[in-house]
Formats: sequence, structure tokens, C-alpha cells
Amino acid sequence: MAIIETKNLTYTYPGATKPSIVDVSIKVEKGEFVLITGPSGCGKTTLCRTFNGLVPHFYQGELKGEITVAGIDTLKHHTYEMAKHVGLVFQNPENQLFALSIEKDVAFGLENVGVPREEMRRKVDWALNQTGIYDIRERSPHEISGGQQQRVAIASVLAMEPEVIVLDEPTSFLDPLSAEKIFEVIYKLNKEQGITVILVEHRLDLTAKYSNHLIVMDHGAVRLEGDPRKILASEETRLIGVGIPKATLLYQMLKKEGLNLGDQTPLSSEELADQLLEALKPRD
Amino acid sequence: MIEAQDIRYAYANKVEALKGVTLTIKDGEFVAIMGQNGAGKSTLVKHFNGLLKPSKGKVLVDGVETTKSSVAALARNVGFVFQNPDHQLFSETVEEEIAFALKNFGFKPEVIEKRVTWALNLLSLTQYRKTSPFLLSGGERKRVALASVLAWDPSTLILDEPTIGQDHEQKEKLRQFIMQMQTQKKTVVIVTHDVEFVAECNPRVILMKEGKIVADGEGKEILTDPALLELSSIVLPQIAQVFTKLAPLGFPKDVIDIYEAKAAILKQAREKGMLK
Repeated sequence: MAIIETKNLTYTYPGATKPSIVDVSIKVEKGEFVLITGPSGCGKTTLCRTFNGLVPHFYQGELKGEITVAGIDTLKHHTYEMAKHVGLVFQNPENQLFALSIEKDVAFGLENVGVPREEMRRKVDWALNQTGIYDIRERSPHEISGGQQQRVAIASVLAMEPEVIVLDEPTSFLDPLSAEKIFEVIYKLNKEQGITVILVEHRLDLTAKYSNHLIVMDHGAVRLEGDPRKILASEETRLIGVGIPKATLLYQMLKKEGLNLGDQTPLSSEELADQLLEALKPRD
Repeated sequence: MIEAQDIRYAYANKVEALKGVTLTIKDGEFVAIMGQNGAGKSTLVKHFNGLLKPSKGKVLVDGVETTKSSVAALARNVGFVFQNPDHQLFSETVEEEIAFALKNFGFKPEVIEKRVTWALNLLSLTQYRKTSPFLLSGGERKRVALASVLAWDPSTLILDEPTIGQDHEQKEKLRQFIMQMQTQKKTVVIVTHDVEFVAECNPRVILMKEGKIVADGEGKEILTDPALLELSSIVLPQIAQVFTKLAPLGFPKDVIDIYEAKAAILKQAREKGMLK
């Protein structure tokens, strides 16, 4: 069953002259790792805001079409009801953190929905463990690194045990190694816990390898959708202005010159290196 | 020319962000300062336009010590674009934002008009001329902040994380723009985590860790040193990752450029009779 389904979704912010998303019809299956990309201002962030009802309940404006998330029509339910099903993580974790300790920040959402103490303890500990911050749980979220802060933001969302986690460029303020560690945490949650992940990113070099469903947007509309390997190999994707991972690009350049490395388009340096090692290995 | 002589800097909370940094950036150089969050990168570049003054040591811009000059005077030559655009935007329209500094520097109205139009066009912002900067996306606001500095044509440009939130096309434009500044002998200093962007531009790279410089050299040399990068919480660019793994086949390790990579692989494939 699809966990997110939209039909002809079109949305215009209040006072805007044209819609930010236009006629978007997508289907996300449970357990998928979806990557949404496209040029700046293409409507990625706005689309994500429809998944938990922030659009239109908080932002107002005009929404047309249909949207169902976890079996719920978001138009008919409040954002706080959606919070149990969909967790949102933003670019800058500082905007999301406020409590005196990491643990309290992570427990906040649960306190709000009145979860019993024992259960809360269990869920908070689980979320802290999943994100690798259990050992620093008593520290203030403001005295830790940006990478750790983003883990706290993810743990806070995770404690609610949502079916879907939506992350809007969650690592753009982090150094590359911290970013990679965050993506590994998200990938693990997707693989091991079966949580559906929606990740908005420009930097496919870092993220394409985790995804099994790619959505390319441009001017508010979905232009391409499906298997990341097929989409990233297509000329159309490059023309829209999507930053193709260097490993994928190099594979294509070599293919054009007649070097056969196999049929599978690589999404990471590991995959390309393996293909090259195989193709160029010494033969007797 | 920017010269830092053994500078130290401590914030009010006594945290020492710079622990003795010495470097020289010559006119016309393109430098990328990289390193972990909290390594002191932003603190260092804020010394280059006098926003911060060193607790110990000296910073000289074109031979003048920053403590003997005002930020306003330094700004005419050293333009600074912040990491977070919201720290510098305040006008009602994009156009007014870009014109603001030009008015302050006393440019004539017709010059201001020309420069604003030029900057809007350069950063693909013309359609937002009359829009409030606060209605724009994060990536677009970042471009407004950049446009407002470029408009007064400083001889040195400092960009703190210029590629955050920028799509592929905008990054490519930024790269071309920096190259263009280079041909005009202007100095560009960027603080960045974006290894792929640095790999494409191949500037001089300065690597920082815990308030000190740990490496200073050609991008190609530093971005292909896994041990050094790990120390600074940076990962290898994708092409360098591939070539690190191809070492058993006799490939060089210091490759970051995709065209160089392609040529090296095709050469070996030809030698092995795999291609005509």
C-alpha cells in the first residue's frame, strides 16, 4: 500500500501569483528511501510541507487536488495529528532545539501527546540509541557540535515512532564526515526499522547511493520519477540541471568512449571502482 | 594582500578559536579554507575585513593593520558574504538590498542603477527585483547577499559557505564567476565544506583544525590525502575515492578532476587492448 499518495496536487502560497507546486501526482510505497531533487525554487520544500499538513494548515494559501499520508487525508486533519505519522527534520537543527538537555528535547513531543512515563523512557532511550547520542543525553543541546545537534533533531522525531521521516537538506551546515554519519544513521533506520524516508537534497554525490526512488522536480512539477539508476543516466536529468554524482558521470563518459563496464549505472564511487577493477584486472 | 601574523583570538566566553595562525594571501589568489565545524575557519576570515580584531598577533590588509582601520573603510576593498544570509539582509526589496551599500559608498544614481541590474542578472535574480528578500528560498536569499556585495566590486571577496543550498547550475555559475574574478586579478577566499566544489575549482586549500592550520597547499594534493582529510572531518571527493581504490592497477592517486580521470582510464584500457 502506498504510504504517501498525491493526485494533481497544486498549491499557491498566500499572495503569490503562481503556484509553487503544480499538478503533482506521486506515490511512495512503505519502506522506500525517496530522494527528491531539482533546481532551487523547484518546489521540493513546499511538497514536503504538504506531507504533514504544514501546507496548507500553517502556511494557509490554496491547495487543490488530493493527498493521503499514512491513510489520512491531511487536508481534514491538523498538523499535530500528523506528527505521530510524519516527522520533519530541517536544514538547521538549532531552530528545532530548545530544552535544557538533549534527553528533554527528545522527550518533548511525547510529553505533548501524553505518553505514560515508562513508555516515554523506553521510546526516548530507543531514539537516543538509534542516533548514537545516548551517552551524551544529559548535555545541553547548545554545547554540542552541529552534527550532534542534527542527531538530536532526528532523535526527537524518531521518538514519536513515525512511519515517515521527511528530511529537508539535513546536513547542509555540517562538515562532510558528520554529514556522511547522519546519512548512515538515516539509512540504517530505513533498512532496519523499515521507516519510509523522504530526503530532499541537491548533493547527489553524497546521497544517491542510499535511494531506491528518485523524484526530479522543476518549476513546481514532477519531471522524472522512478529508479535512480535509470533517471541519473538520462540526458534529460542533466539538462534539468541536476548535479549527477561524479562516479555516475564518469561511467557515462567512459561508456560514450566505448569502454564497457557492465549495464548497471553506478551511484557511488565504490560501485564504479568495483566495475573498473573488474574490467581492467590483469588477464593471463 | 592579506597577512596574518601569529594571530590568536578568544571569544568573550574565553574559548580560544584561533591558536596562532600565520598565513599570507597574495593578490589574485583563490583560496579555500576547509575543516571541521568549529575549527576556526569563520573566525579567521572575519579578521580579514576587520570584523574581528586579533587578541594577539597582527592582521594586515594591503599593508595596513586592521586595528588601525575601520570596518567601513576595509569593506570597500574586502567584501564579505556571511554563511547565513539572514544576518545581512534587511531591505524591503531585493533591489534596495543590492543598492544599499552602493548608496553608502556614494556612487551616483545612474551607476547604482547599472550595477544593480548587472548584479541581479549575474545571479539570476532579475525576476525578484521588486520582491522582498524574505519571500525567497534559502538558496535565493544567499544569492541576494552575494549580489549586494558583488555590486560594489571589492578587490577581495570573502565567501563563507557560498554553495550551501545552491543547486548544480548555481554552483557552476559561482565557479565561473570566481574564475572570471581571477582573470581580473581579484582575490577570492571561500570557507567551505563542499569538497566536490573545491575539486572542480582546484584552488589553494588551507586545512584547519582546532584553531590552527594543519595543511596548506594545492587542492589536488590535499584533497587526495585520506589521513589528512579524516583528521579534519572531510571526505575525499568522489573521483579521488575511485582512484584511491584503483591504486592496485597502477593508477596515480592524486586525481580529482573528472576529465583527467577519464583520460587516465581510457589510456590504460587502450594499452590493454580493450578499445580501438
